[in-house]
Amino acid sequence: MANNQDFATITEALLETSASRLRELVAHLRQQRAQLREEWARLITENKLLTAMTKEEIFAEATSVYDNYVEALETGTYEALQAYARNLSERIIPRGVETHEVVGIVLLLRDVLARSLFAKYREDFNKLNRILDAYEPAANRIAATVAVGFVQERERIIREQQEAIRELSTPVLQVRERLLILPIIGVIDPQRARQLTEQLLRGIRTNRAKVVVLDITGVPYIDSPVANHLVQTVEAARLLGATVIVTGLSPEIAQTLVNIGVDLGKMNTVGDLQGGIEEAERLLGYKVLPTLESAAPSV
Amino acid sequence: MQVPILKQGAYLIATVQSALTDEDLRQLRDALVGQVSKVRARGVIVDVTALDVIDSFATRTLRDVAHMIKLRGAETVIVGIQPEVAFSMVKLGLTLEGVATSLDLEEGLAYLNRKGNGSGYEVRTHR
Repeated sequence: MANNQDFATITEALLETSASRLRELVAHLRQQRAQLREEWARLITENKLLTAMTKEEIFAEATSVYDNYVEALETGTYEALQAYARNLSERIIPRGVETHEVVGIVLLLRDVLARSLFAKYREDFNKLNRILDAYEPAANRIAATVAVGFVQERERIIREQQEAIRELSTPVLQVRERLLILPIIGVIDPQRARQLTEQLLRGIRTNRAKVVVLDITGVPYIDSPVANHLVQTVEAARLLGATVIVTGLSPEIAQTLVNIGVDLGKMNTVGDLQGGIEEAERLLGYKVLPTLESAAPSV
Repeated sequence: MQVPILKQGAYLIATVQSALTDEDLRQLRDALVGQVSKVRARGVIVDVTALDVIDSFATRTLRDVAHMIKLRGAETVIVGIQPEVAFSMVKLGLTLEGVATSLDLEEGLAYLNRKGNGSGYEVRTHR
């Protein structure tokens, strides 16, 4: 008798396709929509996720995520969900929502839904198992889709910003005949260092510069590969017949340069930009004099 | 290919026109060092604008030329090193220490003129 029953269960399981199980699952989630959504939004607030958003906003987002979630379960396609995740990320990233929050809320939803399934099928363990077989892979895939979408959006923003910084990063300015200034602000990574070298050497060529003041007051620190690169740039400039004066070295950078054992005979350094320009004027044979008595600084 | 050496006032000007073999470089060195006293030149300019590559042998030879000419009583200036060439030289540790360098021929002449001011001569190119 017991054997017969087992046999019947197995046949039933074979006949019942996973599609029909999913249909049943989706019908259940549609039916319980209001209640589960409420429960989920409550848990989000309780777990202190999405703190940057108001209660109403959380509820509105929860509704659309819920509907998208159920739709992804039903259709088995993730494009719409992916697009929604990207769109959601675009909206919430500027408001300071963190990756762990996004992952957290999706996992919460997964758990809320799983619990409701436990409650519904607690009488029939076999059926519960089969429903979970259909639900779990889809739910995990959805969680991964949303999380990956969020991270990708974030990376896209970071790339765009890096691009913007790079474009702004190395101006070459002529202050006098044959005198260039390169003010550098911010961290110098290897790529920026390469760009810096290129701009500086090109600038010497096109402006026929004899002296270049490289002002790194705005650079907090550099690592030794970049420091080496800087020294090499100074030497390459010399091969083009120009002198480079480096100004505004922070104590950290001075230490880095000493640590890599830079030859101080090759590096021309002056404390600040003003001193650098004065030194450059001296090298070029300029002498700057005040034209009015009153313009001269009182000593 | 041999490098033509022109005399311009008190200066000798060697303009490299294409890539040089090691043999060409040696010839250039010997010719410059030989001629510098013969014509009583006070300065030598080696123009390498046309070179896309300056390797370690070329660097060493140019440095030797500069030092030998110094010993023979004249100044040497290397002019026209391209920006890309300059940076790859430095990457390889070829920095032409103790050798004067200038942007181009005009700058090189200006450099030698400044150096030679004490002797009362001044030589200029016509623009």
